[in-house]
Amino acid sequence: MKKINPEYIPIIGLEVHIELNTKRKMFCRCCAEHFLQAANSNTCPTCLGLPGAMPYPNKTAIENTVLFGLALGCKINKYSKFDRKHYFYPDLPKGYQITQYDLPFCLNGKWESPDGKFYQIRRVHLEEDTGKLQHKNIGDKKMSLIDFNRSGVPLMELVTEPSFHNPDDVLAFLKDIQTLARYLQISNADMEKGSMRLEANISLTKITKQLGIDEKNIKLPDYKVELKNINSFRFLKNAIHAEIVRQTNLLSRGEKIKQETRGYDEQTNSTYSQRSKENVKDYRYFPEPDIPSIVIEDETVAIIQKRLVESPWEKRKRYIKEFGLSQNYAQILTSDLNRGAYFEKLYRLTKKHHLNTKKVVDLMINKNYDQKFPTPQGLVLDLLKTIKTQSPSDEQLDRAVSEVLISQRKAVSDYKSGKENALGFLIGAVSRKLSGKGDAMTIRDKLTESLGK
Amino acid sequence: MKLPINYQQQKKLISEKKTTHVEILDGYLERIEKYDKKVNSFLTLMKESSYKQARLCDKLFSELGEDVYKKYPLLGFVVSLKDLYAAESVRTTASSKVLDDYTSPYDSTAVSRLRADGCIFIGKTNCDAWAHGSSGENSDYGPTKNPWNFDFVPGGSSSGSAVSVTCDFCLASTGTDTGGSIRLPANFCGVVGLKPTWGAISRYGVVAMASSLDCVGFFANSSEDARSLFNATKGIDGFDATVTNVTPAKLKNDYTIGIAKEYLNDGVNPQVKNELKRVISTLENNGFTIKDVSLPLTEHAISVYYIIQPAEVSSNLARYDGVRYGHDRSYFAPEAKRRIILGTHVLSEGYYDAFYIKAMKVREKIIEEFDRVLNEVDAIIAPVSPTPPFKLGEKAQDPLQMYLADIYTVAANIAGIPALAIPSNITTQNLPLGFQLLGKRFNEEVLFDIANKFESVNTKHPGKAQLL
Repeated sequence: MKKINPEYIPIIGLEVHIELNTKRKMFCRCCAEHFLQAANSNTCPTCLGLPGAMPYPNKTAIENTVLFGLALGCKINKYSKFDRKHYFYPDLPKGYQITQYDLPFCLNGKWESPDGKFYQIRRVHLEEDTGKLQHKNIGDKKMSLIDFNRSGVPLMELVTEPSFHNPDDVLAFLKDIQTLARYLQISNADMEKGSMRLEANISLTKITKQLGIDEKNIKLPDYKVELKNINSFRFLKNAIHAEIVRQTNLLSRGEKIKQETRGYDEQTNSTYSQRSKENVKDYRYFPEPDIPSIVIEDETVAIIQKRLVESPWEKRKRYIKEFGLSQNYAQILTSDLNRGAYFEKLYRLTKKHHLNTKKVVDLMINKNYDQKFPTPQGLVLDLLKTIKTQSPSDEQLDRAVSEVLISQRKAVSDYKSGKENALGFLIGAVSRKLSGKGDAMTIRDKLTESLGK
Repeated sequence: MKLPINYQQQKKLISEKKTTHVEILDGYLERIEKYDKKVNSFLTLMKESSYKQARLCDKLFSELGEDVYKKYPLLGFVVSLKDLYAAESVRTTASSKVLDDYTSPYDSTAVSRLRADGCIFIGKTNCDAWAHGSSGENSDYGPTKNPWNFDFVPGGSSSGSAVSVTCDFCLASTGTDTGGSIRLPANFCGVVGLKPTWGAISRYGVVAMASSLDCVGFFANSSEDARSLFNATKGIDGFDATVTNVTPAKLKNDYTIGIAKEYLNDGVNPQVKNELKRVISTLENNGFTIKDVSLPLTEHAISVYYIIQPAEVSSNLARYDGVRYGHDRSYFAPEAKRRIILGTHVLSEGYYDAFYIKAMKVREKIIEEFDRVLNEVDAIIAPVSPTPPFKLGEKAQDPLQMYLADIYTVAANIAGIPALAIPSNITTQNLPLGFQLLGKRFNEEVLFDIANKFESVNTKHPGKAQLL
């Protein structure tokens, strides 16, 4: 990767779309499943936008959006409403999308990055997904076909403030958002299936070196470039990096950057222009007259609040603090709710049985022991059995150590002259002598004890 | 062939074996065959399915006798449908060539409820395309004519529905009222027209014009028939989220009716004004209390209406983008185009606050004003139209003049309150005259009750158009 010019600081805002996994669609009772279904099999007058059809909001989808907002520490709007956003596209059967404009369900949330920085979330709102276009050759004719199975599936949109400055934090945030949706069981947030979609708005601003990177000193530039249609975390990270490089080059040459939507080509690792945004679209938003405004009473919020679980970032912090895990291990264990729960049980059991906790966690993470044993109890029982049958007696260990110290004189003198890695060689030799019995820690302790004499 | 004058009488005729449902249907279809080319009220006839329904009605009645009405309270009630109403497997055009060959795959809630109660659907009626108009002249299938005098308009937009009732082509009809589209043609044709409270009857399956104003309603020969149709269709259906169930208010023995001075200004035609005075004195002589009230904001209702309505029209018509339904946007006639452009303009960035938001604020004020006045009286009496029926072509070239025909009807839509148009007399030119009652939200029963009492004491009912 090319180095990023430190004179410019990237300003990144994110828009994340997550399809909710409700049984029914957002405004009708059609089955919301659209992956691997026969085209147009889950449709009705409402999601096809037929003459006379009307929307009837899905309560569960609204509650799940509020739940997600609460998990992000958002304020829940007591009065909110749906609005119509107008644009013409063949996959939008009504000529408008029902979404939320100025009164979203959730406002002003925050997320804490692994290194303790807080990022502001502007809003979380609910809307309907569009149909899907398929461009196909039928016979010798090029055809564009529309599948409306996805039309009207509840789609939650999260918008952050433009407060990210590096691709790593963006990635960590997006992973946490994905994990959170899974923790709350409101979406599988699957990138491959399109149930989680990412957009990043990127611009660069010059920083005054003396002032440093402080949010107060950052002036928002008068343009932004939207990166769209990127279907993996890795590609997004690469795309952001490529875009920062592109913009830096343009700015260094004194050129102005065009406001536009760009895609990412993974072959060339570069972004390309998709749609110019110079003429800003007028969506002619106005309140959806077919849906009464929505009142979410405090009592309702309190009920939804009961469904909250510890967020991935809170859990990660707790794992580091409570269990002394590394950032990396904490990250791995919190990325999956079940794995985290397995770990916590396992941790308590290792304490109870006086096992080497760190070693057990290693086995779990690096050797996937949790996949071998469906329950932590099973794993611990197996470990206890192995240790019992495999531990050498003190006598056997003493003998093996003294034999190795005699036969491996070179290594012993190397160690004594300060070559620490000779110790590893000696541990291996003892272990071989014991035909694999005994654990490295015990052997190591015995060796250093003998060598120190 | 004796055709019933109302449902009550039809039940009696059936019960006394003086006629059958099939015979009644024969009678209606005969009249349609004979006269509809003169008035152009039907776009699609549902002959086959209506006979099937009629035969079933006869069979059910012969099996169950009077008990059949417990299960099917509107058994054999012959109804026509404004062509905005989706009915399964029936062509539904909204009188626009854009939907010329569109067949709805589903029933609107109103249709499915009437069907479930035993109604027979005889056909789909002509109207102003997309319900845009006050005269019936904006239909892409030719204007409907007033059966009282073919040179006159029947009123719109539910022109064919009103005509079908006054011509005895059916016993009642469904309409939609966004700014007067039921009451105006009811008034011009001499039948009862109900515009219910917004949110009383589901709009699901009825082609939308302006959603926050649109109401599903009815044409009938009597307020009692309108009442039956209202009660059969009202209430939550799980498809229209704006519908609520409200227990109707208790009826009274004496009602206070308000008359607003704003409704009797110089803009009102003398015949309309005199008739209103005559109705008021009839009411007064029959135990009603008349009270002067003031509705100064009413005059702004039409301005508010011509912001909100086109805004919502432009949005609701966006789906006819040429991708589906077979016909592209060039099939839209001038009035639809006019409203799409006007609506798109008022919703545009930079204009939205000045037009739409401001109109919504004034709308709130108008609602407050009606709520305040309707706290003092049980109903407000008003003219339906400032003039009796006007001539075909008289206002067609002047959209603004046409828009002003709605001046007394739009306020009820802006406020979302119920209104009932009642025929009461004829003009010197032998054209119908009438008035409307405006009521409190969800107090339709009070309006029916007042109308019922009036009908029983009125000596000058216009009767039916004589088609010769």
